[in-house]
Amino acid sequence: MPASDGSEGQQEFQKWYQAQFNQVKPKPPIVKNALWAFVVGGLICTFGQVILNYFLGLGLSMKEAAGPTSAVLIFLAALFTGLGVYDELGRYAGAGSIVPITGFANSIVAPAMEFKREGYVFGLGAKMFVIAGPVIVYGLVTAFVIGLIYWLRH
Amino acid sequence: MQTYLMAFIIGGLICIIGQLLMDLTPLTPAHVLVLFVVLGGILSGLGLYQPLVEMGGAGATVPLPGFGHSLVSGTIEDINKYGFTGIFSGALRATATGITAAVVFGFLAAVTFKPKG
Amino acid sequence: MDKKHGKQSISFAAPPAMTATATVAGPMEGDGLLGGQFDRILEDNLAGQDSWEKSEAAMLEWAIRTAVARGGTLADIDFILAGDLLNQLMSAHFAVRGLGRPFLGLYGACSTMAESLLIGAILIDGGFASRVAVGVSSHHDAAERQYRYPTEQGVQRPPLAQWTVTGAGSAVLTQGGAGPKVTAATVGKVVDAGLKDVNAMGPAMAPAAADTLWHHLQDFGRQPGYYDIILTGDLGQIGKKLLIQLMQEKGVDIAANYEDCGLMIYRDDQDPHAGASGCAASALVLCAHAYPLLVIGRLKRILLIGTGSLHSTTSYQQKESIPCIAHAVAIEA
Repeated sequence: MPASDGSEGQQEFQKWYQAQFNQVKPKPPIVKNALWAFVVGGLICTFGQVILNYFLGLGLSMKEAAGPTSAVLIFLAALFTGLGVYDELGRYAGAGSIVPITGFANSIVAPAMEFKREGYVFGLGAKMFVIAGPVIVYGLVTAFVIGLIYWLRH
Repeated sequence: MQTYLMAFIIGGLICIIGQLLMDLTPLTPAHVLVLFVVLGGILSGLGLYQPLVEMGGAGATVPLPGFGHSLVSGTIEDINKYGFTGIFSGALRATATGITAAVVFGFLAAVTFKPKG
Repeated sequence: MDKKHGKQSISFAAPPAMTATATVAGPMEGDGLLGGQFDRILEDNLAGQDSWEKSEAAMLEWAIRTAVARGGTLADIDFILAGDLLNQLMSAHFAVRGLGRPFLGLYGACSTMAESLLIGAILIDGGFASRVAVGVSSHHDAAERQYRYPTEQGVQRPPLAQWTVTGAGSAVLTQGGAGPKVTAATVGKVVDAGLKDVNAMGPAMAPAAADTLWHHLQDFGRQPGYYDIILTGDLGQIGKKLLIQLMQEKGVDIAANYEDCGLMIYRDDQDPHAGASGCAASALVLCAHAYPLLVIGRLKRILLIGTGSLHSTTSYQQKESIPCIAHAVAIEA
């Protein structure tokens, strides 16, 4: 085993130790996690389809119905985050409750609630976008770049 | 019944991809959300996401790549209608309901509830 | 310099006594393995305060006041040494705000209990103080929102993750006096094993613990068997395994009398993943569990190796690896 202290042999030690660590590092239960993600994510989407069908039934077009469907799901996610249920679901469901739009809503409500103690402007208002902010930033930049390419080619 | 089944399967599969990314790579949930929106946008630009929406319905629109798809398809729609300025107006117009709902409901929930820890 | 031993160790000419301790723990800790041994268990993580940070400060203040009141008054305390995990030692500073005693704030992440005992003993043996109160605290929710995600965010914890303990522990050291004595200590070096995964704090700290333990044994010419138990705080399951392995590489077998404080707080079914962490983990195990056993003589000699992961949220976002520290304190009945 290489020496762990001082600069001499430090890098060698770090390399050796990383290998030791990788040997005992516990792997996440990949199959179980994937199954949970599939079932919970699938169910949230199926529920989304129920709402979507309801709005379609009111005579809205597919495009018109998409917005209200998101809004209903977001409302429910905000409610369950507030009630302290959504994080418990997330412990098991992982990506199943992160990837749907409800997870996006959760990532807005969770910091907003928690940082309310630091005030309504710098706490709630600013921290609300800790995770949602990057999503909107990169989403809009992507849309801009693709829109520009589309415009140049037409 | 068929539409519900397809929504379940397509939505579930997209979530599995997200889960595998979190379990097998150092990506955090925030990274996965950002990545999915960008990927959804790119696939939409290539014309590959719309077929998925037709197949999976809410299974393709509810997960975050669907948000990227809305951003890009809205942009393209506005470019067709208004030309150059559509590049700037389409993305937020198409997603306005969702974003406003998230901010307003988020605000209300944060004002109403206390975190339980 | 006859109190300095070898490269990193010291022994005390007149070993200070630990005359009293006090502990307070959160509801989850109260429901855990040491539940019956804490002086006070909170009903919820807020404990009547309006933020988790205030709750943590209140716990620390309570622990220090209670330990001090067991055989003395605040006015007799020459110095208070305390620390916690929050930025700018928020809990410690607010805890001592109303105590009106000379104070030194210490940061050693989860090693702070060992660090404060070590410095407290130096102050007393050096003749600078006759009574010193030490204390540390940590709070799961306050730590979670500072280091990781908001608590209501639906994220999955990896199997490597450790659960920050909600609680506070305090001890009083006195010149002379009855009680277990702090006899020797080894001051650790910052050791960076190169790990970058912030969930792998235990594994990152194991080489620091190995380095300190090795030098402690060398400096005093001792075998691990000299101690009834060697306690690290807190490497967790994987870190513990790695420390045993690292010591084996150096030809020292510690498996027989070694335990980690991170594995002594929660039951497995409480789902703490790799174990407990936080300043309070080693403080609760020492003050609520090991100390009473030392007092009644069931334990004769223990070595507490406090281990700290010295990263910050800024350092890991800048992709730095995790520097770690470990300090050892020998306590003998």
